[in-house]
Parts: sequence; C-alpha cells; structure tokens
Amino acid sequence: MNFDDTPQEAEFRATARAWISANAPKQYEEELRKSSLGRTVLKNADILQVAKAWQKKKADAGWACLHWPKEYGGRGASPIERVIWQQEEGPYGQLSRMFIIGHGMCGPTMMAFAREEHKRRYLPPLASGENVWCQLFSEPAGGSDVAGLRTRAEKDGDDWVINGQKIWTSGAHYSDYGILLTRTDPTVPKHKGLTMFFLDMKSPGVEVRPIKQASGASDFNEVYFTNVRIPDHQRLGEVGDGWNVSLTTLMNERSAIGAAVSTGFPELFEYCSSLILDDGPAIEDRAVRSKLANWAVKASGLKYTSMRAISALSKGERPGPENSIGKLVAGSMIQDVATYALDLQGAAGVVSGENAELAGRFQAMLLRAPGTRVEGGTDEIMRNIIAERVLGLPGDIRVDKDVPFNKIPTKGRN
Amino acid sequence: MNFDFSDDQKQLRDQARKFLAEKCPPKAVRVVLDGKTPYDKELWKGLAEMGFLGVAIPEEFGGAGAGHLELCVIAEEMGRANAPVPFSSTVYLAAEALLIAGSDAQKKKWLPAIASGEAIGTLALFEGKGNPSPKNVKLTAANGVLNGVKKPVADGAIADFAVVAARTGSSGRDSDISLFLVELRAGGVEVKSLTNLDPTRGQAEIAFKDCKAEPLGAAGEGWSILTQVLDRAAVLCAFEQVGGADRALEMGRDYALDRIAFGRPIGSFQAVKHMLADMYVSATLARSNSYYGAWALSTNAAELPEAAAAARISATQAFQHCAKNNIQVHGGMGFTWEFDCHIYYRRANAMALGLGSLSYWEDQLIDRMRKKNAA
Ligand SMILES: Cc1cc2nc3c(=O)[nH]c(=O)nc-3n(C[C@H](O)[C@H](O)[C@H](O)COP(=O)(O)OP(=O)(O)OC[C@H]3O[C@@H](n4cnc5c(N)ncnc54)[C@H](O)[C@@H]3O)c2cc1C
Ligand SMILES: Cc1cc2nc3c(=O)[nH]c(=O)nc-3n(C[C@H](O)[C@H](O)[C@H](O)COP(=O)(O)OP(=O)(O)OC[C@H]3O[C@@H](n4cnc5c(N)ncnc54)[C@H](O)[C@@H]3O)c2cc1C
Repeated sequence: MNFDDTPQEAEFRATARAWISANAPKQYEEELRKSSLGRTVLKNADILQVAKAWQKKKADAGWACLHWPKEYGGRGASPIERVIWQQEEGPYGQLSRMFIIGHGMCGPTMMAFAREEHKRRYLPPLASGENVWCQLFSEPAGGSDVAGLRTRAEKDGDDWVINGQKIWTSGAHYSDYGILLTRTDPTVPKHKGLTMFFLDMKSPGVEVRPIKQASGASDFNEVYFTNVRIPDHQRLGEVGDGWNVSLTTLMNERSAIGAAVSTGFPELFEYCSSLILDDGPAIEDRAVRSKLANWAVKASGLKYTSMRAISALSKGERPGPENSIGKLVAGSMIQDVATYALDLQGAAGVVSGENAELAGRFQAMLLRAPGTRVEGGTDEIMRNIIAERVLGLPGDIRVDKDVPFNKIPTKGRN
Repeated sequence: MNFDFSDDQKQLRDQARKFLAEKCPPKAVRVVLDGKTPYDKELWKGLAEMGFLGVAIPEEFGGAGAGHLELCVIAEEMGRANAPVPFSSTVYLAAEALLIAGSDAQKKKWLPAIASGEAIGTLALFEGKGNPSPKNVKLTAANGVLNGVKKPVADGAIADFAVVAARTGSSGRDSDISLFLVELRAGGVEVKSLTNLDPTRGQAEIAFKDCKAEPLGAAGEGWSILTQVLDRAAVLCAFEQVGGADRALEMGRDYALDRIAFGRPIGSFQAVKHMLADMYVSATLARSNSYYGAWALSTNAAELPEAAAAARISATQAFQHCAKNNIQVHGGMGFTWEFDCHIYYRRANAMALGLGSLSYWEDQLIDRMRKKNAA
C-alpha cells in the first residue's frame, strides 16, 4: 500500500505538469481558485467560452477525456493517470464542470450502445468540448422514479416521433446533443417499455425553456418535444431496453458526480485559518476546531474512499453502488459548512454578493447546496441504494412493478 | 398552571392569520422578492389599521395597550406569512428600545407614529463581522455628533429613524456604549442598500458623518439597554421563526400527500415520513421554548435572559431545519424559484444571523445558566 508514483506514473505526471504550465489560461487561475459550488464566475470573460477553449486545447494535445480510447478523442489512459491529471490540472479543472454530464454520462452511454460510425463521428467533438451534451431523463412525473417517465416515442417509417416534456435538464440551453429516454410502449410494465435515443438539440420541434433556480441562477431547463423526428439509427440499445441502457448512464453519473462533488471543507478551513473572531483567531477556538475536525474526517474519508475505488478500478473492477456515499455525504455537508461559515460572520453573514465576505462565496454555496442533495439521485434514493444494493436489504413493497404502465396510480389524496 | 395562550390571544392569532392569508399571499411576498418594491406598503398600512403595529404599545402612546403575549401571536403569523415588511426592526427593536429607554418626548413623538404605520424604525448596531459586543461598536459619539458606519442594518434603506449604538468612552467596560436616536432623512446620513440572502427584507449600510443625534437613555447605559432589547427581540423573533418553521413543515406535508412516485404518495415512503416527523419534533421543541420565552417576556421575569437565549437557539435551529428539509421533500421542484420553498430557506438563514449568530446565542445561554446557578 502506497501513494508513490511508479516510474511511468512519475513520467506521466511530469509531462502533464509541463504541458499544463505551458498552456493553461493562467489569467483565470486566481478567479478559478476562488470559485466554489454556486459561484464559478469570471469577471471579464464568458466562462462557457473559456471552458470550451481550454477543453479544445487539451483535446488537440491529447489531454481530453483521458480514459477514453484514442479513436474517440481520448488518450487511452489508466484510471490512475486520470487522477494524476486531475491533481495536476488543479483549479483549471473547474472549467470541466459544464462537461461533466457529456463526458461522465452521455459519452460512456454512447460508447456502450451507439453504432461504430456514430461513435467516431460524435465522440471526438464531445471530448474536445466543441459539442456539449445534456441528459434528458427526468420529467415532471418522474425524477426519482425516472422509469415513470411519459415522453412518447412512436415509430413512423424509419423515424421515431417524439412528443412530451423533460424537466431539470442541466445545460440544455447551451447543448448541441442530448441522450433521451422515452416510452415506446405504455401497455407493458414500466421498466420494459422504455427506449433510449440520442438527438440533435437543434432538431425541429425541440423547445428549451430555462427554469430559474432557487439560487436565482438558471442552469437547468424544461425541454418540450413536439413531433420531433429521430432516425432509428440514433437509437441506443434495443427497443424496450432503455432501462438497462439508462442504468449504464446512471452508474456513470454516480461516479462522475461522486468524484466531482465538493464538500466545502477546504474553503472553510482556509477561511477559518485567517478569520479573527471576537475572542481571537477562529482556528484557535475550541468550538470551531471541533466542527472543523468533524468535517475534516468526513472530507478525508470521502477522498480516501474514492482513492480506494480508483485502485479497484485500475485492477479492472467495476464501479459499484458504494460510490453513492460520495454525494450523500457531501451534499448535506456542504450545506452545513456554508451555514456555519455564515454563522462565523455574525449578522454580516446575511449580506450576499460582491459586498459580502469573500465576495459572497459561502452565501452562494448555501443557496446552491439544496440542489446537490437532489440532483443525480436524492439523499433518500442514495440511502435506499446503499441499504438495498450494498447491504442486501429487501426493497420497498412495490405497487408499480408488474403492472402495465398505463394502469399505475397517478393521484395522491383526493 | 396554565402554560398556554388565552382564548382571546388565540382568537387574535386566528384573526392575524386570516388577515395575512388575505393581504399577504405568496404573490404579494414575491413582489418584494423580485425587487419591485422594497417592502409591502399596503400591507404595512393594513397592519397599522388592524392595530398590530402598536399592539404592545401603551394606549397613552397611541397603541392598543394589549401586551407582549398578544405581540407574540402576531409575530408567529408574520413569520408564517413571511411578511415582507419591516415589522421586526420597527416593532421588536426600535419600539422596544423606546419603551425601555425613551424620554417622554421621544415616546410621544415616535410610538404613535409607529403604531399608525407612519414611521419605520430600526436598530443600527452591527459594524461588519462579529457578534453583539461593546468591543465591536466603533462608531463614535461626541458632543451629540455621530461618526462611523453601521452594517448591516435591517430595513435601513426604508427606515425613518434608527436607534444607534455608539462609543462614548474607552474604559473597556460596557459603560463605554450609549444609544442615540437619529432621523435618517436628516443631514450627515448616507444609506446604501446591500444585496442579501433574503430579498424580502432589506439590509443596508449606513454611514454617519458629523451627524446630529439625540441621546436615547442615559449616557453609558447603552449596552445594558441593548441587552434587554436584544433579549426581548429574541423572543419575538423566535415566534416568527416558529411560524416560518410550521409553514415549511405544512408545505412539506402537503406536498408529500400529493406527489406520486413509484405509484404511491411520496409521504408513504418512510424516508419522507421520518424527515417530516423530525421537522415536527424540532418545530414543537422550538414552540415550547418560545412559549417559555413569551411567559418570561410578558411577566418581566428574572428568567428572561436565559429563556430568551433558549427560545432563540431552539427556534433558529427549527426554522433552518424545517426550511431546508422542506426543499428536500419537494425534490427538484423545491429547488426552483417558482416554488415558495426557497423563500422560507432564505428567511430562515437570514433570521439565524439577524440578532447575532447561533453560536453567539449558544454562548450566551450557557453563560446565563451558569450565572443563575451561581446566584
Ligand atoms: C440542480 C439539478 C440538476 C439536475 N440535472 C438533471 C439533468 O441534467 N438531467 C436530468 O434528467 N435530471 C436532472 N435533475 C433531476 C434530478 O435527477 C431529480 O430532480 C431527482 O432525481 C429527484 O426527482 P424529483 O425532482 O422528481 O423529486 P421526487 O422524485 O418527486 O422526490 C420528492 C421527494 O420524495 C423522495 N422520494 C421519492 N421516491 C422515494 C423513494 N422510493 N423512497 C424514499 N424517498 C423517495 C425524494 O427523496 C424527495 O425527497 C436535476 C436536478 C437538480 C436539482
Ligand atoms: C426497555 C423496553 C421496555 C419495553 N416495555 C414494554 C412494555 O412495557 N410493554 C410492552 O408491551 N412492550 C414493551 N417493550 C417492547 C417494545 O414495545 C418492542 O420491543 C418494540 O415495539 C419493538 O418491537 P420488536 O422488539 O419486535 O422489534 P421489531 O419490531 O422487530 O423492530 C426491530 C427494528 O425494526 C424497526 N422497525 C420495525 N417495524 C418498523 C416499521 N414499520 N418501520 C420502521 N422501522 C421498523 C424497529 O424500529 C427496530 O429498529 C419494551 C421494549 C424495551 C426495549
């Protein structure tokens, strides 16, 4: 057991470091270092453009989507090399946030289920950030219960015709493509009537409407489909096998989000290290220390859990449901951390925006945090997964399982 | 023992609830949330007409002369409705300071104006980071002239007058602090609005430059008056927080009954049930602690300092807890601007800081318990 680089890993690290130091957009380093959940802003530049430019530059030099095969725009790197890259990329990794869904979920799904010619055509520009992808799963009637979705796909000649509505689609407003889960047969039990596609977001009949979030920002959208035509060759997996296909995406989502999720701890520790409270330095205050220590071991527990997972991955094991703990722990932790950071500021903590302490870093974190506990599977769903998939406990008694989809109850109290 | 509000007080609560349901629906709150107006002027007028602004102000000063228990039940309803008006600044802070320390002339001038809705008041105590402490008061007063900057000041941009904490000595003792009353429309005052967590309540920075001010209370008595004012306000705010917590809990319960996932109401999932049950538990503990605070406040009991801190802590925790888990029960919907969940989340987190932070009050509680035990 050790954390040492092997000679090859050391060489990889040195090459990566040299390349990053020669090519990274250094003018944004300071701002990226100061950004955190809910607050990734560049004052004088459009972050989307900066992120795309950095991604393209990486792709041209073979540093994009490192673990993907070369022919699809990757580098064919090992999981460990990917970690080394992330360590070296440091704050510039913030620029990858807008690609998490495309690279972490859509790409792997395409890789597993798309035709060879589609993989060669669509994956390289996805890797290089020239195309952004989104994930069109959740619907008003199906978030946790994503298999309860209602968007219809009906066969018409060589095409499928799509009608319905998606919701909470992150980044749909700047996405070029999306993977789309639909219902092709409402007369069979719900998990059996689903089919997955990918589509051009500029297809006629696709309408994207931004949703304003609780935090005030608009990162996610409603997407309406009116007689949108998708050619059959853009189907991913068999007709009726959409649920299995989506599990590939969701498993990847868990590890993609799980690995990228922030706890707020480094920010809080840094803050407390310089903060002076009424009775002296925060970092010397017993109560503050007790809180910090508590969160420190959660953060390190997550970090080393993820390193264990990567070590397993590099030995060829598949990412399992254990990865669910990352988002579960970090989601409520970052909410608590932000609350405490404001508490330390006293009444002044209420001020937000540029006039606030650290330009409103923790205020923005507090307002964004509730989303983390919901996106990519709620805390409750994560706990169910741990209880059922990891610990082997029996599932809830299901009223919707072997019933035709169109016979499932849809009303609450009346 | 009869540890409950009287029938009349409960009736007043129902009356306030009905009034606010009609005059302050979420739609009205959103007008202020969206920045179209700094506060709900119509509602403010209505509250005056109902006699709610002056409920605890004696009749001789234009109030209803009821009492603080009456004010508590109204506060609860203000919190439940998330009323976008400067009620707490004006009624719990400014009016209480005047009642405790104002001269007859000051009371005559300001209390009737508060009761009638003509004057908005606030307390200007904080000067940036830090909790209530004489040490943190840097603004100076000399020869009746103030110099310094206060921030954040709740409702500072719409207030007509402020009670200002100022430094009049440098002995390192509480007696270094004196209070002043300042008309904010007068010369020497510069007010700047600040964006804040809860846009349904304004926050401001107020700079005083050679600003003329009249003393409120005796010189050197400022900190002792402030401590009383903050304790009283802590109880009254706790009722607002309890009202907010209850509303958040109700919203979550209602949504859990209506929302279907996996073919059944989400409220039938034990994870959701337990989340709601825990919200109920914290709201109930907060309510009971707040009732004890109300008793101490209304009877001027020696237990007030301890009761106020306990109510403050318990209600702060409950409102924060209920507001954040109400979002969680709502899933993605809870994270939209359109649903009202975030309004309560914002208010809960803003209120948690308004009179000094939770950790400050935790400290206070233990200090006060120790003092009582030693006595
Ligand atoms: C910021 C953000 C970004 C998102 N981005 C995307 C995206 O890009 N693409 C996409 O497809 N979706 C996206 N989502 C949607 C997200 O996946 C869903 O919101 C989430 O799965 C919850 O579904 P829901 O909103 O329908 O809530 P519901 O499923 O209605 O949940 C409501 C409550 O019920 C609980 N609950 C539901 N079922 C159970 C159960 N079986 N047992 C116990 N408790 C249960 C939940 O935990 C929650 O507390 C995003 C959401 C957010 C907040
Ligand atoms: C100190 C003590 C004193 C007691 N005194 C009395 C007494 O005076 N009279 C009397 O009649 N009984 C008494 N009991 C028994 C007590 O009522 C039962 O132990 C209790 O109801 C749990 O039942 P059980 O032991 O069968 O455990 P189980 O019901 O098998 O519970 C095992 C676990 O499963 C959980 N669980 C079970 N059902 C559910 C559910 N529907 N939802 C969620 N979780 C669930 C439980 O919370 C527990 O964690 C006493 C028990 C104790 C420990």
